[in-house]
Amino acid sequence: NFCVIFITFEGFLSRAGEANFPLAKMAAQEVQPSETIAKLKSESEALKTKLEEERAKLHDVELHQVAEKVDPLGQFVMKTRRTLKGHGNKVLCMDWCKDKRRIVSSSQDGKVIVWDAFTTNKEHAVTMPCTWVMACAYAPSGCAVACGGLDNKCSVYPLSLDKNENLAAKKKSVAMHTNYLSACSFTNSDMQILTSSGDGTCALWDVESGQLLQSFHGHAADVLCLDLAPSETGNTFVSGGCDKKANVWDMRSGQCIQSFETHESDINSVRYYPSGDAFASGSDDATCRLYDLRADREVAIYSKESIIFGASSVDFSLSGRLLFGGYNDYTINVWDVLKGTRVSILFGHENRVSTLRVSPDGTAFCSGSWDHTLRVRE
Amino acid sequence: MSFYKITMERVIVSMQDPDMGMKMRNQRLLITVIPHAMTGRDIVDWLIQKYTITEEEALHIGNFLVKYGYIYPLKEPRNLCLKQDETPYRFQTPYYWTSTRWPASELDYAIYLAKKNIRKQGELIEYEKECYNALHKRINHTWDFVVMQAREQLRASKQRRKADRIVLECQEQAYWLINRPPPGVMDILEQGPDRRNVANTRVQLVSGQMLAIFVKYCEQYQDHDPIMQGCLPSNPWITDDIMYWNMNSETVTMPTKLRVERWSFSFMELLNDPLGRKELLTYLEKEFSAENLCFWQACEEVRHGEASKIAAKVDEVYKQFLAPGASRWVNIDSKTMEKTLEGIKHPHRFVLDDAQMHIYFLMKKDSYPRYLKSELYKNLLAKAIVPQETKKSVFPFMRRQRHSSPSPALVTQTAEDNGKAKPSAAKANAGTASQI
Repeated sequence: NFCVIFITFEGFLSRAGEANFPLAKMAAQEVQPSETIAKLKSESEALKTKLEEERAKLHDVELHQVAEKVDPLGQFVMKTRRTLKGHGNKVLCMDWCKDKRRIVSSSQDGKVIVWDAFTTNKEHAVTMPCTWVMACAYAPSGCAVACGGLDNKCSVYPLSLDKNENLAAKKKSVAMHTNYLSACSFTNSDMQILTSSGDGTCALWDVESGQLLQSFHGHAADVLCLDLAPSETGNTFVSGGCDKKANVWDMRSGQCIQSFETHESDINSVRYYPSGDAFASGSDDATCRLYDLRADREVAIYSKESIIFGASSVDFSLSGRLLFGGYNDYTINVWDVLKGTRVSILFGHENRVSTLRVSPDGTAFCSGSWDHTLRVRE
Repeated sequence: MSFYKITMERVIVSMQDPDMGMKMRNQRLLITVIPHAMTGRDIVDWLIQKYTITEEEALHIGNFLVKYGYIYPLKEPRNLCLKQDETPYRFQTPYYWTSTRWPASELDYAIYLAKKNIRKQGELIEYEKECYNALHKRINHTWDFVVMQAREQLRASKQRRKADRIVLECQEQAYWLINRPPPGVMDILEQGPDRRNVANTRVQLVSGQMLAIFVKYCEQYQDHDPIMQGCLPSNPWITDDIMYWNMNSETVTMPTKLRVERWSFSFMELLNDPLGRKELLTYLEKEFSAENLCFWQACEEVRHGEASKIAAKVDEVYKQFLAPGASRWVNIDSKTMEKTLEGIKHPHRFVLDDAQMHIYFLMKKDSYPRYLKSELYKNLLAKAIVPQETKKSVFPFMRRQRHSSPSPALVTQTAEDNGKAKPSAAKANAGTASQI
């Protein structure tokens, strides 16, 4: 027993040494070379006491208990407002443009389409030289899209308005992996792309030169998804993989700074809570979960015994109160993030929901499905 | 990726629980009585009751149980769907579960088809005949074995009671309908491209703390969440009226009250809104500390810009903000300044990070709270618009025309073209949408 306690405390202390643990950070900032030994000693004592207090708090409440006094949500009526038809095969991925109405979508047959979802008009179409285009992303400027899949690459296509111009001619090959591309995302500008791959790695690329800026190793199997943190310092992102792990990475150093392993199967989707303090995940184990980054652990599970199939894609509403999950049983389940209960189930798609994103201003969300269509719902 | 087999089997096992499971009975099939059967209605009712779900959801789930072969219909065996009536169903034997016998073997399929062929001439339907012929070619060398097995199994089954024989035939048929679906029927076993998976390891979870921040965040943003609270004047996706987007665009002269309010939630909110940033700049100019925001923005451009331009940009930043006597000199502590100046000698993407962070936190802790208390902010908040709710149309069934908007790609291209004084090749009109 003594040994166990010792190890646990040791482990806890060494975790406290990590830069992301708030108290350690505080300690690192406070110490100045000019301080006296005595003052440092008393500070260290205070820190030890605080650590003990925090450790005692660690076995505290779960999110739904904290949220007991919060008003429950009423009935939600969400209807399909737009149906986008035009893909000839399964829709695998989609992303919103910052203008809040355009979207890009990619499909199994190699087609990537840019739509004005509001009018449902198709504005651009590209045919990729490969099938299963599993990833696509809209550039922040709205002037380009990135996509890739079984070609193991991520390519960027500038969007030209000249109808005669062949978009494929201007294509820029940016990322090169050794297995399929599962997800891609531009960072804060059009100049850098973050990718994840079936080769078990993530990577950051310079779009202009195609140069690899940083690679991220640590997953033990295919990486399936990623999301960039909306933090003030904008330096981290989270990835999820077939090893059931969700890893948080430092973009500068390439280090994995936090790791979460509570899912029982592949993690298909990860998405940050709007404040950046947590992220949600959707998995083949038919659950979605919420992980608190400061507490460094899972704080909520969104599941129901009657939900049998995996969640393929998750996203939050603007306030973070609702979590939308697209599932492999063709439905979308809407969860009350705080209370952990299901608020609504949405039918409509006739095959798996493979991708789901809330629009940039939170006015609607779009889901893409293996039934070849995309639906915008409010 | 086949985790659904685990979750689905949990449901099936619950359904067969001796106490809380389904009540099964004998079902009459023409003149034969089949034991341990249930009706479609029973299945739906049990699911509704057990999982507290609606009829729609129960039917949806029930259909999957049939489509994936865990329950099969006794009548119309080729139609693998759940009917919410007196149609009889039975649980599939675990021997034939997709988790137990997967992938299905060609040899077994050949034997199955051979049995059908021998039992009754013309019982094989078109696609089965094609499969049979294809198999005959492909595994011709073992065909004697196939026919011998088929005959043996048929002989053994003839010795069973009729009810058992019917059940066994249905079970087998259901299994093959799923593992060798007829053309046109969705292959439910399709999983997408192969993934490498790792062995199962479980980790115990422990609950967390500091969770009140999530409650607080959700409460604070609730009125700003269009899906939850609606938005004024109206949600464009519902009413087809794009007023909401026009009133909240980057270039609007007078922002909405909600938008200005949101700037007070966090410094990041203020900075993320181009209009907010503009207001902050105006305020900082009055305080003679505008160089801080400009410096921060210039650092962002280094961090997120093209790799090839980093050296040039860093040099610009140095000249404007960091060099002694620079026109827009920023006040950083000596230690950070020293470190930064040293780092600039070998410029890289992150060389300005420390300095940028210092200035960011300076603005956040000092200028930002004072801005929120300033007359500039308070006046704007007072004048900010609260939009009127869009009046419901007199003819509610007449849809508004959905107007196109200029593509963001056009906006930038035009700016480029204007800069180069070259006629634009793109003639995209704001009023029309290009059709493909």
